[in-house]
Amino acid sequence: MKHFLLAAALILSAPAVMACETVTIGDLTIEHAWSKATIGAGRPGVFYVEITNAGSVDDALIGIATPAAGMPMLHETVVQDGIASMPHAMSIPVPAGQNVQLSPGGYHGMLMGLTTALKEGDSFPVTLSFEKAGEVTVNVDVLSLRAEGPDCADAGQ
Amino acid sequence: MLGVGAYRTRNLPTRSELLPLPIGEMTWTLTDHRGRSVRPADWAGRPVMVFFGFTWCPDVCPTTLSDISLWLEELGADADRMIVALISVDPERDTPDVLADYVSNFDQRILGLTGSADEVAQAAADFRATYRRVAKDAGDYTMDHTAGVFLFHPDGRFASIIDFHEDRRFAVPKIRRTLS
Ligand SMILES: [Cu+2]
Repeated sequence: MKHFLLAAALILSAPAVMACETVTIGDLTIEHAWSKATIGAGRPGVFYVEITNAGSVDDALIGIATPAAGMPMLHETVVQDGIASMPHAMSIPVPAGQNVQLSPGGYHGMLMGLTTALKEGDSFPVTLSFEKAGEVTVNVDVLSLRAEGPDCADAGQ
Repeated sequence: MLGVGAYRTRNLPTRSELLPLPIGEMTWTLTDHRGRSVRPADWAGRPVMVFFGFTWCPDVCPTTLSDISLWLEELGADADRMIVALISVDPERDTPDVLADYVSNFDQRILGLTGSADEVAQAAADFRATYRRVAKDAGDYTMDHTAGVFLFHPDGRFASIIDFHEDRRFAVPKIRRTLS
């Protein structure tokens, strides 16, 4: 019963069917790619994703590209002495056997120069470049500005 | 180690200087997202929760405002008397209209506050918050800023800060302590 209610709640609250796409390249699994709606195209968008390296060789995310933004970059939110800053991340380590998250308050893709405002329910492709595994493209779900993560059926597992 | 300690003593303010002033001793004037002028005296007798940020910030600011919205929902009507405000550290881009658009995405009790560069500087000084403009490519810029959420008792005394990376489960009890 509890499960049923939870499922019903998810259906009611879900604004659109989310792709929650999972893609793999070599030993890497890329999933839970999401973004937040933006007010207009002037402000930067954001890109979050989860990467699992099931292999025995360390890899690293070294860049992202997307038709949705002219200048996508990797950033890391750092809070030092209570002050938040977002330095550019040259590469994000994806160590062997580990799971790495680009998530609110940490590593994120910063989508500057948006070609159009990101609207809740939209999706757009992002190509991730890994040092060793190469390039792979994933579809990114745009959630509300308030969202804290995607409601995928397997989220949190 | 000794050298570092000496350096700190000489250059950093002491702990008490880092604490926000009581609301009643603050001197700022700001404008809210509906265009109304707001002064510290307007908050007398109400618990207060304040966060510094800016609407061009895609990560820290919406994350904090999402968290604040969840806390307010959990507190329900108990938090209706609380003043909850986002003070923009980017008044050049964050006009009252821009803030209105932005805060409409979050809990309706959250106010957006902005002002002239000097007015915002005065508010930050009163809260002992800091911010800094960081140039990006092509004339673009972003802002580094104090990320904690400041809490005050109804009598204006500073209560506590909810740090950005603090376990969010401790936030609601901290807020509750300012509501009575
Ligand atoms: Cu960023």
